[in-house]
Amino acid sequence: MTGANPGPAAITVDGVPLRVALARAGRRGRLRAFLLVAPLLAFILVSFVVPIGQMLFRSVHNPAFAANMPRITAWFAATRPGTGPDEAAFAALAADLAEAARARTIGVVGTRVNYEMAGTRSLFTATGRKAAGLAPPYAESLPAADRAWADPALWGAMRIASRALGPEFYLAAVDRTRAEDGSIVPVPPDRRIHLALFARTFALSLAITLICLVLGFPVAHLLATLPLRRSNLLMILVLLPFWTSLLVRTTAWIAILQGQGVVNSALVGLGILAEDGRLEMMYNRTGTIVAMLHILLPFVILPLYSVMRSINPSYARAARSLGATSWTTFRRIYLPQTLPGMGAGALLVFILAVGYYITPALVGGASGQLISNMIAFHMQNSLNWSLAAALATLLLVAVLLLYWLYDRLVGIDKMKLG
Amino acid sequence: MRRLMIMTTAMAGLATMAAAQEITVMSFGGAYGASQMEAYYKPYMAETGVKVVSVDADNPAIPIKAQVEAGNVTVDVVDLEPSDVVRLCDEGALEVLPIDELPDGADGTPAREDFVDGTLYDCAVGTIVYSTLIAYRTDRMGGLDSTADFFDLAKIPGKRGMRKSAKFALELALMADGVAPADVYAVLATPAGVDRAFAMLDRIKSEVIWWEAGAQAPQLLADGEVVMTTGYNGRFFDAMVSEGQPFAYYWPNQILDFNLFAIPKGAPHAEEAWKFIQYATDTKHLALQATYISYGPARRSSAAMVGLYKDGKTEIGPYLPTYPANMENSLTTSIEFWADHDIELSQRFNTWLAN
Repeated sequence: MTGANPGPAAITVDGVPLRVALARAGRRGRLRAFLLVAPLLAFILVSFVVPIGQMLFRSVHNPAFAANMPRITAWFAATRPGTGPDEAAFAALAADLAEAARARTIGVVGTRVNYEMAGTRSLFTATGRKAAGLAPPYAESLPAADRAWADPALWGAMRIASRALGPEFYLAAVDRTRAEDGSIVPVPPDRRIHLALFARTFALSLAITLICLVLGFPVAHLLATLPLRRSNLLMILVLLPFWTSLLVRTTAWIAILQGQGVVNSALVGLGILAEDGRLEMMYNRTGTIVAMLHILLPFVILPLYSVMRSINPSYARAARSLGATSWTTFRRIYLPQTLPGMGAGALLVFILAVGYYITPALVGGASGQLISNMIAFHMQNSLNWSLAAALATLLLVAVLLLYWLYDRLVGIDKMKLG
Repeated sequence: MRRLMIMTTAMAGLATMAAAQEITVMSFGGAYGASQMEAYYKPYMAETGVKVVSVDADNPAIPIKAQVEAGNVTVDVVDLEPSDVVRLCDEGALEVLPIDELPDGADGTPAREDFVDGTLYDCAVGTIVYSTLIAYRTDRMGGLDSTADFFDLAKIPGKRGMRKSAKFALELALMADGVAPADVYAVLATPAGVDRAFAMLDRIKSEVIWWEAGAQAPQLLADGEVVMTTGYNGRFFDAMVSEGQPFAYYWPNQILDFNLFAIPKGAPHAEEAWKFIQYATDTKHLALQATYISYGPARRSSAAMVGLYKDGKTEIGPYLPTYPANMENSLTTSIEFWADHDIELSQRFNTWLAN
C-alpha cells in the first residue's frame, strides 16, 4: 500500500526535497563533465571545424569581383543574362576599373575573371592603369584601349564572376564550364583532367587496400599465433618502418627500385636481365603502389593483429573435432571472426590512400598522379583556393559516401581498432 | 609620483629610439638565408649600428599577406618571389618604392639600366638571379649542340629529367623548336604555339622522368637515372663543386628567375627598411652574396666584383647565370604571362601527362 501512495516527499537532512537535490547534483555533474571536455571542444572548434568550414565555404563563395567592382556588378544584377553591354555598362566598368586600380585591388578582380576566361588577368591590370584617363563615350574608348573589351565572351565571364555565390568552381572541378548562353558544357578534351584523376585515385586506393589485406592477413595471423616473446620481436619489424619518416621510406624505395637501383643492378649482374632491358619500377604507377603499400601496411596489420589475438582458438578446434576440413574451418569459423579487424584496417588504408600526396608526387612520375596532387597544386602554386576547396569537398563527399556504404553493407559497429 | 612619471616617459622615449634602430627582415632561411646574413645583414649592422633581425618562413608571401590583412605588420623587409610580388603589389599589400633613389652601379650605370631586365618592380627590388637550365653527365654524353638535342631521342638516346610543370617545360620546348627567346611568350599566347610546344614534348614523352622537388634533379643525374635533366643552377653547383660529380651545364636558353626585396604595407620601420634595401642591393653587396651561394647578382655591374667561392679556390663567376657569356640567348620568365595562363596551361599539361 505505502509503495503505491506517493505519501510525503522525501526530504534531505538540510530540508530540500530529495528530487530537487538529485536534479541539482545531476546538473552539477553534467556541468563538470562538460567543463572537462570544453577545452577539447573549443580546440576542435577553433582549430578544425571553423577553418575547414571556412575553406569549404570558399568553394561556393568568391566575392573578389563583386566586392571590388560594385557599379558593374549592380548592372549585371539588373539585366538579364545575355544582355549586350550598353553605354551605361561601359561607363560603370570604366569607373570601377579606375577605382580598383587606385585601390590596388585590380589584380584580385583580374584573377577572378581569369578563372573563367584564361588570359584576362593582364587585361584588367593593363586597362586599370589607363582607366582614369579614358573619356566618354566609354562604349568606344574602352574597346579602343583594348579590343578584348568588346568580346561577348569576356562579358559572359564577368557576369559569372560578378555573382559571389555560385557553383562555378564545382563545375570546374568536374571538368565542366558555361557556354556563352549559360548552359553547362564539358571543357575541351585536352583540359579534361579532374574526373579522370578522381577515377584513378579511387581505383588505385582500392587496389592498394586489397593488396594490403592480402599481404597483411598472413603476417597478422603469424604475429597473433606465435608465442608472445617471438611475436614481439617480429612486431618490431612491423613497427620500425612505421616509426620511420615517410620521406626516408619513399626515398629508400627510389634507391631500391629505380633503373640503376639495387634490384635492377642485381638482376643485370646475375645475368637475368640485359643491360638495356632494365625493369621500369619507379616514376610510374608501379612505384606509387609499392611505396604506398609499404607505408600503409602497418595500418591493416595492427588492427587485424589485435582482433586475431582475441579470437578463442577453441572455436576452431571444436569445428575440426566436428569434422570440418581446415579450409572450411578457416572460411566459416576463423575468417568471420577477423572481419571487424579487416574492416577497420581496410577503411583506414583506403581513406589514407585517397588523400595521399607526397609519395605519388615523388615516385609517381606522370602516370602515378592523384587528385590530391591537383589539390596541392591549386593550394600552393596557382593559388586558386576556391577550386582546391571544391575538389577537396568532392573528395570528402565521396569518402563519406563510401563510409555510409560500408556502414550499410558491413556495419560500422562491427569495426574494431584493437 | 612625478618623478616616476618623468622616469617612465624618459624610458619609453629611449625604447622608441632603440626600436627605430632595429629592422626585421623575413626570408626563406636555410643556406640562402645564411648567405644573406653574411652578405647583407652583418655588414649593415657593422656600418650603421642598426640591428637586423632575421626571421624565416617557408614562403614569406603567406605570413606577409596575413599580417597586412590583419593590420598587424611586424616585418620591415620581406624577400619574395616575382609571382608573389606581382600578386601582393596588385592587391596593395606592399609599399610602392621610389625606385629612382636606388644608387647607381659601381661603374656609374644608372640603376634602372644596371638591374637585369625584370628585376625591378614598382614594389620590389631584385637581389638574386637563378635559372632553370639543362645539365648533363659528362661521362655519359658529349654535350649538346643546341636545345633541340634535348628533344632528339635518335641523336642522344636515354632518359631525361624535367620539372613536372607546364612552366619551363613549354618555354624550353618552343626554344628547342627554333623560337627566339624574345618571341617565346608571344608564341605561347597563341593556341598554335601551345600545340607546337606539346608536339615537341610528345617526341620525348616516353623517355622523361618528371621531378618535383628541386633536390631530385641532381639526384637523378648523380644516380645515372637520366643522362641530362632540367634543374636549378644552384643545386647542380653544389653537386659539381662540393661533391665533384661529373656534371656540366648547358647555358644557352637558360630560363631566369629572381628573388626580390619588398616592404610590406604598414611596416613599422618603413624608412629604415628602404635605407637597408638601397644598401643591400648596391653593386658591392649583391656581388658579395655570390661568395656564399651560387646565385647571380641582380645588377650587371656586380659581375666584375664576384670573386672566389667560400671554398677559396673555385672562381664563381662562370657558374653564375648572370655571367655575360651565360646570359646569351637566355629567357626571362614572364610573370604576367603565367599569371594569365597558369591554370589553363597547367590543366592541359596535366591532362597531357595523364594520357
